[in-house]
Amino acid sequence: MDLKRIEIRWHGRGGQGAVTAAMILAEAAIYQGKYAQAFPEFGAERRGAPVKAYTRISDEPIYTRAPIIEPNAVVVLDPSLSPSLYVEGLKKDGLLIINTKKSIAEIKKDVGRDDIKIARVDATKIALEILKAPFVNMAMLGAVAKVIPVIDVSYIEEAIKENFRPKIAEANIQAMRRALNEVEIA
Amino acid sequence: MGEWVRIPLSSNYAAAYAAKDADVDVVAAYPITPQTTVVEKIAEFIANGELQAEMIHVESEHSALSACIGAASAGARVFTATSAQGLELMHELLYIASGLRLPIVMSIASRALSAPISIWGDYSDVMATRDSSWITIIASSAQEVYDSIIQAYKVAENPDVLLPVMVAYDGFLMSHTYEPVYVAKDRSTILEFVPKRKPLWNILDPDKPITVGAVGNPDWYYEFKYQQVVAIENSLNILKQVFEEFGKRFERNYSFIETYNMDGSDIAILTYGGLYGTVTEAVDIMKKRGLDVGAIKLRVFRPWPTEELIRILKNLKAVIVIDRAISFGAALEGPIAMEVLATISKKSLDTALHSYIASVGQRAVTEEDVMAMVENSIDLLKKGVSLTEKSIYWGVRQ
Amino acid sequence: MTLQIKRLASWREVPVGGAITQPGNSVNRPTGDWRVFKPIINQDKCVRCYLCWVYCPEPAIKIIDRPYKTSSGREWKMTFEVDYDYCKGCGICVEECPVKAIDFVEEVK
Repeated sequence: MDLKRIEIRWHGRGGQGAVTAAMILAEAAIYQGKYAQAFPEFGAERRGAPVKAYTRISDEPIYTRAPIIEPNAVVVLDPSLSPSLYVEGLKKDGLLIINTKKSIAEIKKDVGRDDIKIARVDATKIALEILKAPFVNMAMLGAVAKVIPVIDVSYIEEAIKENFRPKIAEANIQAMRRALNEVEIA
Repeated sequence: MGEWVRIPLSSNYAAAYAAKDADVDVVAAYPITPQTTVVEKIAEFIANGELQAEMIHVESEHSALSACIGAASAGARVFTATSAQGLELMHELLYIASGLRLPIVMSIASRALSAPISIWGDYSDVMATRDSSWITIIASSAQEVYDSIIQAYKVAENPDVLLPVMVAYDGFLMSHTYEPVYVAKDRSTILEFVPKRKPLWNILDPDKPITVGAVGNPDWYYEFKYQQVVAIENSLNILKQVFEEFGKRFERNYSFIETYNMDGSDIAILTYGGLYGTVTEAVDIMKKRGLDVGAIKLRVFRPWPTEELIRILKNLKAVIVIDRAISFGAALEGPIAMEVLATISKKSLDTALHSYIASVGQRAVTEEDVMAMVENSIDLLKKGVSLTEKSIYWGVRQ
Repeated sequence: MTLQIKRLASWREVPVGGAITQPGNSVNRPTGDWRVFKPIINQDKCVRCYLCWVYCPEPAIKIIDRPYKTSSGREWKMTFEVDYDYCKGCGICVEECPVKAIDFVEEVK
C-alpha cells in the first residue's frame, strides 16, 4: 500500500461510533504533524441504520473534497453488514479490517475477493469485556493502527483523551491497545 | 507573529474558534443543520469561561439577526451563524443590518434550499443574498474560515466600510469535515490585529441618545442607499489592506481571487468554496497527463473583484465556470457565470465562457467530473462555442 | 427633481445609516396646525385621573402646577392642559376620558 495518501472508509451502524473513530484517527494524524481529513457520509442519522465515514491521511496537504470512491482500506464495525456493500470500490491489494468472530478463510468466502488483504479482530468481545458495552469503535481503531502503521499509538491515545472523559478514555485506550495486539492479518 | 497551535477542527468549529478569538460580546443564533455545531461550540466556550459573551437564545433566525442588530447598535461586537432556510428567514433583516451600517459578522454553512427538503450543501442560500449589501467571502478550507472571520471584523468595523460581512463555506463537505487548523494560542494575537470596535455612536448611551431605524422619505432614502454604494466600493480597498496586513503579520496570504497552475494554461476553471480544492487536484492529474489547465477561486463575491478578475481573464482563451447554485430563468443560469460574463463584457475581452452547474444539493463532484467538464469544453471550443447559450447542467439524469 | 429636494443635504452630509443624532428634535416641529378638531378640557368635570396624559401619543397633555377649585367646591392641587402647539387633534384623549370631561370642537382657524 502506498502510505503517502491513505483513504479509509468506515462502515458501521448509527450509534456504533464509526464517525467518531474516523475523526479520532484523523485527529491523531494531525497531532502527529500529518495532514488529514475526516468526514461522515452525510445522511439522515438514525440509530441502527448503516452509516459510512471517511478518513484521508497524507504527508502532503489535502485539497480535494470529493467522496472516497476507491478506498485503500475499509473498516467494518458491524459484522452483520452486507459484504457487497463494504468491499465496493476497495482497491486491489486494499485492506479489509473487520470486527468478526469468523475466521479469515470464512470472511474471504463471504466477500468473494482474492485481490484484497483481510484483517480480523473480535472487537465486540473486547468491548464487552473492557467497556461492558458493545462500543467497538476504539477497538477497531487499535486494529487499524496495527495494520496501517502510519500513526504512532501515542497520538491515538492523545486524540482519545481529547474526546472522552478521563475514565471512559482510559477504558477505550485499553480496548484499543488490546485490539492492536489481537488483530490477525492474512 | 504570535504563537499558534495546530489542531483538528471542522469548519464549523473553526468559525466558533474565530468568534471566540475575536472576543465577541454577543452571539444570537438559532440551530439549523449543518450550522448547529458552530453555536454549540460557542456555548461551550461561554460555559467553560473561555469567552465572556452574552448568548441570546432566540426562537427563530429572524429573531437571531434582530437581536444581533440590537446588540450591534448598542456598540457590541456581534456574531451569528446560519444555513439555508435560516438565512432565508433572516432575509429582510439582512437589509436592515446593512442599511443601519452595523458591522455584524455571520458564518454560513451553505446549504441547498427546500423544496424538496435538502439538508445538504450548495450555494443557493448565499446567492439569494446577492443584493443585500453584505460583504461576502467564500472560504475553501477550515483554516480559511478561521482567518476570514478574523479579517471580516477588521473590514466590517472600518469607519470607511461599516457593513456586515458573511463568511460562507460548504455545508457538510466543510462544516463537518475535520482537518488541521492553526489557531492563536492566545487571543491577544488576534486582538492586536483586530482591536475591539469603537462604534460611531451607541444607542444605549443616555448622555447622547440617538434614533436608529427612522423612516427615510422619498427625499432622503436614496442618499442613504448611495452611502452604501460608496461603502461597499470602499471595502475593495479596505479588504485589500486587511489581507495584506494579515499576510504580513501571520504569514497566511489571502486575496480576492486565488489561482493555481495559471502559467502556461490558456484554459482555467473558476469556482468557489470547497470545490476549488477538488478542482486543483483535478488540475494536478491533468498536468501529469500532459494537459495544462488553470484553477481560479473566487473568494470575495461581494464586492465583486472586477479588476483582479480582468487581470487573470485577459490572458485566457477560455474560462470554465462551475456554479453551485441555479439562478432560475436568468440570462445565464449560473449566478457567478453571469457576473463573469459581465466582467468580460466590461473590457470587451475575447475570453470564451462556458457555464456549468454542478454540486447542486451536494451531488458529488469528483476529479473525474472536473476533467470531463474540461474535455467537454475543449470540444466546444473546437466547435467554436465562445459562450454556452445556456448553462450546462452537469450530471443531471436525462 | 424638484428644487426643494436639490437644496437638501448631500449623501456625504447625512449621518451614516440614517441615524438621527440630535435627540428630542421633535420640539422643533410644532404639529398643532394639523388639527381639524380641538380637545378642550372641562376643568370642572376633570377628576385628574391622568388617563389623557397616559394615552396622548404626542405627548401634548401638560401637567400644570396650579390649584383649581370646582363649582361644587372640590379642590385640586394641579391642572391638566392641552399643549395646542403640538396637539394634532387625534381625539384619543376625548375617547379615553372616563368622565367625558374633554370636549372635541371644530377648530376655527
